[in-house]
Amino acid sequence: MPDGTSATGEPLVRIRGAAKRFGALTVFENVDLDVHESEVVVLIGPSGAGKSTLLRCVNGLERLDGGTIDIGGERLGYRESALNRMRRHVGMVFQNFNLFPHMTVLGNVTCAPAKVARRPYREVEEEARGLLDKVGLADKCDVYPSSLSGGQRQRVAIARALAMHPRLMLFDEPTSALDPELVGEVLDVMRALAAEGMTMMIVTHEMRFARRVADRVVLVADGGIAEQGPPETVLDAPRTARARDFLRAVLEH
Amino acid sequence: MEWFSDFVDTAPTFLQALWITLQLALWSIVLAAVLGGVLAFLRLSRFQAVRMLAAGYISLIRGTPLVTQLFIIYFGLASIITIEAFWAGVIGLTAHNAAYVAEIYRSGIQSVPTGQIEAGRSLGMSKWTTLRLVISPQALRTVLPSLGNQFIIAVKDTSVAAFITVAELFRTAQIVAAEKFRPLEFYVIVGVYYLVIVLLLSGAVRALEQRLGRYNV
Ligand SMILES: Nc1ncnc2c1ncn2[C@@H]1O[C@H](COP(=O)(O)OP(=O)(O)OP(=O)(O)O)[C@@H](O)[C@H]1O
Ligand SMILES: [Mg+2]
Repeated sequence: MPDGTSATGEPLVRIRGAAKRFGALTVFENVDLDVHESEVVVLIGPSGAGKSTLLRCVNGLERLDGGTIDIGGERLGYRESALNRMRRHVGMVFQNFNLFPHMTVLGNVTCAPAKVARRPYREVEEEARGLLDKVGLADKCDVYPSSLSGGQRQRVAIARALAMHPRLMLFDEPTSALDPELVGEVLDVMRALAAEGMTMMIVTHEMRFARRVADRVVLVADGGIAEQGPPETVLDAPRTARARDFLRAVLEH
Repeated sequence: MEWFSDFVDTAPTFLQALWITLQLALWSIVLAAVLGGVLAFLRLSRFQAVRMLAAGYISLIRGTPLVTQLFIIYFGLASIITIEAFWAGVIGLTAHNAAYVAEIYRSGIQSVPTGQIEAGRSLGMSKWTTLRLVISPQALRTVLPSLGNQFIIAVKDTSVAAFITVAELFRTAQIVAAEKFRPLEFYVIVGVYYLVIVLLLSGAVRALEQRLGRYNV
């Protein structure tokens, strides 16, 4: 599906004619984008192009000014209760981790499933320990986030989001705040997640990661989607001048 | 050793007064902690009229002397409603402290980074749950020193209730000093009573800070 909109079956995320403005600034308009079950979509583009904003619109942290977003066939609205229900199924990982500093690592991971989804704590805790083991932090359950490295914090943040059993994971530059030597451990976790079939939308500047993991790369620029397609096409043989300019700028350093 | 015998002789009277001071302080601090929360909530409302109302109340309280506020409630309202002096004191001190506590809460809430709120919301927490689980614990940790400070001021400010006839520590000192013609001794003695309460309270606040300080950001 090179244009990203034609496919068999209902997409998990269907964005149609999306527009977002901040006052006089139009960040993007007429954005159409589908993300299918188990697909990994990587969003790239110049700074300020609106990648974060688009991602944040998908879980309602930002409100669209036009167009629609459907997740799992359900129209995204802005009624508090509907929004809260939808967000349980959409995990988000932030550039700055945003772990809760007053909770232990285990507390961070168990908090939402226990107190939002109200699942029995025993079951939640057992699963949280499993998730922390999966991201390589089984021995860090009882420490506070302040004692962790950036890479460890981001892996906890991923485990925290996974604890809600999301159908979709959003990542906004998950490795941009990390020292270079810590990037790999986070990308490894994400790659494993992709291999398990998790549906993911990822904003990143890690081009090598995009090439290896993305099913589709979407270039966000000039107020919309400038080009999209499989990584081999968008990254190696871009069709648009916009994409060539951007890639040249990125690859220069 | 006049000082010492003055202290011992009047101890029963002062201890009775101390009990009234403590009740006055406890009631007004607990009620102000609650009312201050409501005020802070209104102060951060998304409706401008509500925000302005709360802000107006706070600047009115902060802009006028406590003694004036107590006189209005006890003497001023006497023609409309008679309130027992003790409860007039509780109402006045609560109304007064709540304004300061509200500002402290507000600064604490605003000190929590938006990323924390977004993290909570993106996990499906409602606004209320986010406030309860994410914002309040962090805000409380941040403002605990200022809050403790305000409560210490509140304890000392109960002495103003002396002027609306509440038989608390300071009024008792005034009466005893006048009876015995020894103002220096009894005003110093009453000062010591306040000092002891404040030192105990400061110790409690510090202990609480340490307990909550296990994590650092
Ligand atoms: N809350 C906001 N209020 C006003 N303008 C905003 C707000 N958030 C983002 N913007 C603006 O919208 C535009 C898109 O921002 P966005 O953060 O989505 O870009 P981005 O593609 O993620 O960039 P970067 O790669 O630097 O993270 C920018 O011009 C930014 O200044
Ligand atoms: Mg961004």
